[in-house]
Amino acid sequence: MKYESQVRPPLVDGAKGYHQVTEDICRPVENRPSKAWWVGFILSVLCLLFGVISVTREVWFGTGQWNLNKTVGWGWDITNFVWWVGIGHAGTLISAILLLFRQGWRTGVNRAAEAMTIFAVMCAGQFPIFHMGRVWNAFFTLPYPNTRGPLWVNFNSPLLWDVFAISTYFTVSLLFWYSGLLPDLATLRDRAKEKWRKMFYGLASFGWTGSTKHWQRHEALSLVLAGLATPLVLSVHTIVSFDFATSVIPGWHTTIFPPYFVAGAIFSGFAMVQTLLLVTRKVLYLEDYITIEHIEVMNKVIVLTGSIVGIAYLTELFMAWYSHVEYEWFAFRFNRVDLSSPYGWAYYLMMGCNVLSPQIFWFRKMRRSIVVTFFMSILVNIGMWFERFVIIVTSLYRDYLPSSWSVYYTPTIWEVGFYIGTFGLFFTCYFLFSKFFPVIAIAEIKHILKKSGENYKEEMGEVEQESVEEFAHTYAH
Amino acid sequence: MAVKKFVVACFDDEKTLFPAVKNVRKTGYKIHDVYTPMPIHGLDAAMGLRDTSLHTAGFIYGITGTTTAFSFITWALTYDWPLNIGGKPYFSLPAWIPIMFELTVLFSAVGMVLTFCYLCQLAPFVKKDHFHLRATDDLFVMAVECTEKTNDSEVSDFLRNLGAIEVSTQYKETGWWIGRYDKDTEIFGKPVEPVVQS
Repeated sequence: MKYESQVRPPLVDGAKGYHQVTEDICRPVENRPSKAWWVGFILSVLCLLFGVISVTREVWFGTGQWNLNKTVGWGWDITNFVWWVGIGHAGTLISAILLLFRQGWRTGVNRAAEAMTIFAVMCAGQFPIFHMGRVWNAFFTLPYPNTRGPLWVNFNSPLLWDVFAISTYFTVSLLFWYSGLLPDLATLRDRAKEKWRKMFYGLASFGWTGSTKHWQRHEALSLVLAGLATPLVLSVHTIVSFDFATSVIPGWHTTIFPPYFVAGAIFSGFAMVQTLLLVTRKVLYLEDYITIEHIEVMNKVIVLTGSIVGIAYLTELFMAWYSHVEYEWFAFRFNRVDLSSPYGWAYYLMMGCNVLSPQIFWFRKMRRSIVVTFFMSILVNIGMWFERFVIIVTSLYRDYLPSSWSVYYTPTIWEVGFYIGTFGLFFTCYFLFSKFFPVIAIAEIKHILKKSGENYKEEMGEVEQESVEEFAHTYAH
Repeated sequence: MAVKKFVVACFDDEKTLFPAVKNVRKTGYKIHDVYTPMPIHGLDAAMGLRDTSLHTAGFIYGITGTTTAFSFITWALTYDWPLNIGGKPYFSLPAWIPIMFELTVLFSAVGMVLTFCYLCQLAPFVKKDHFHLRATDDLFVMAVECTEKTNDSEVSDFLRNLGAIEVSTQYKETGWWIGRYDKDTEIFGKPVEPVVQS
């Protein structure tokens, strides 16, 4: 057994053995859903239904149901697409990159974060598909042998790269998530009393037994999937940023976009993880597994990525001025920074929410405050939505020809309804997930329990029990 | 597919499990398998299992994906339907890198998961016999296979001395079959003999 330094705080609080871990995490799945769950679930389904109505109208009457015009061809739809894809980045980051870096704290949050990723990507996918207008022709984006030649898709186009990137990302995240779920579903199956539970979890767990050979292969599988998902997660938002960066629109045509988008994606993704997990840990009584330590670590990631995003904002502003490209400078100077311009307020909202407000997390007390964290996570989500809105709309609404400038883009109720509908989809999925699946990876928690559990840390060897100063005094020179 | 007799020992601590595995192997008994609720590093080595080749399979699937994307795009855009886009070359490799990369990852991930499920015989509607329901909760369950020459009470005592907290003799089907976990175990029409506590 390998012990961990006493300096590191425990990742699982309280005196727990393996059985207690199983009990704690299976309890919300096995109990009847609470009133709060029903209220939340019904609200989500209602939002989803409103979204279905909005989308139906869009399919029936065409994209004219939205207020897009010839100048502002991308509005709320693509803003929402990029926003949701960005949110879908934290899950794979937590589960894959932190697995490679051997970060023990990922075990408490990875399951829920990965689920969130999958649901967010599902929501994101809706927007480009329905933006096509003739959605029944969406399969034209796939390279299949057709009767039109066959005429192939344009493999040189970033929009096609996006099709491949998003669908690959969704598939790989789903496989990664579900292969991790198998052992935990088997735990639920073996605890099941009711007939339907035995049947459902029996089906879902694929007949997992926990054999040593299977665990060996399972470990190999998760390690390689993590290795694959790490460049994948970086590539997905890179390719999303190529949708903009490879065009010749002022404000989009910049080489800084890929890293800037990836940092922004991780930033917004972690904010959404915080929003969800702060509620989940409270409602499902999982405070011992998703501890203040976990929240603090994620807040550190938020302040880091928020600052990277801030540097990116300033860099593109500087480059616009320094490049002496007059269109580029115009877009920044008059469409964004100028507060009196039609969308100037959005630029400052973005700056305030994404760059200034996360700086509060330099203070330890703020990082460890649940109220501040929750408030901040909402603020960051709003800020990151406006970042995408600023990028898309402020670059488009005043294009090269002043006669086609358009400052009249405001969304219709159906455009907003579509967005609300994806919230409905996201939360409906999340509520179902938290009811029927274990929201924390049981096997992974058990795996770190004897290294990082509170009661096991107390039993550590003499050297580790000494205080840091004493330890440093004796051993470090 | 055969129903065999096993002596099943349950351990509740890794510290007793590892020496037990070592001793059982040294004495010459055949460990059918050890079932654990979480991965235990080093247990596969202690049991003498060889390392998995799943990584290699993943690599082969990955390069298959790269080659598929590269050859297909090359064929489609340079031979089958070349399009002149602003006089740019038909063979525009840099623009294909994203899709080549995505297909590498996709092929590798899907291939590996399918291989994993095939090797471990995991699928919906697959049912397997379980030695102990707490093997997915908090116990490490070691199944020692018996032959007609094995004296199972001797094995039981031996395992108990090694620190097993619970020992039983069971008749189990070692393979898998199409079935559901809410149905009683009945393999190929014949009921499995009840568990013998010793």
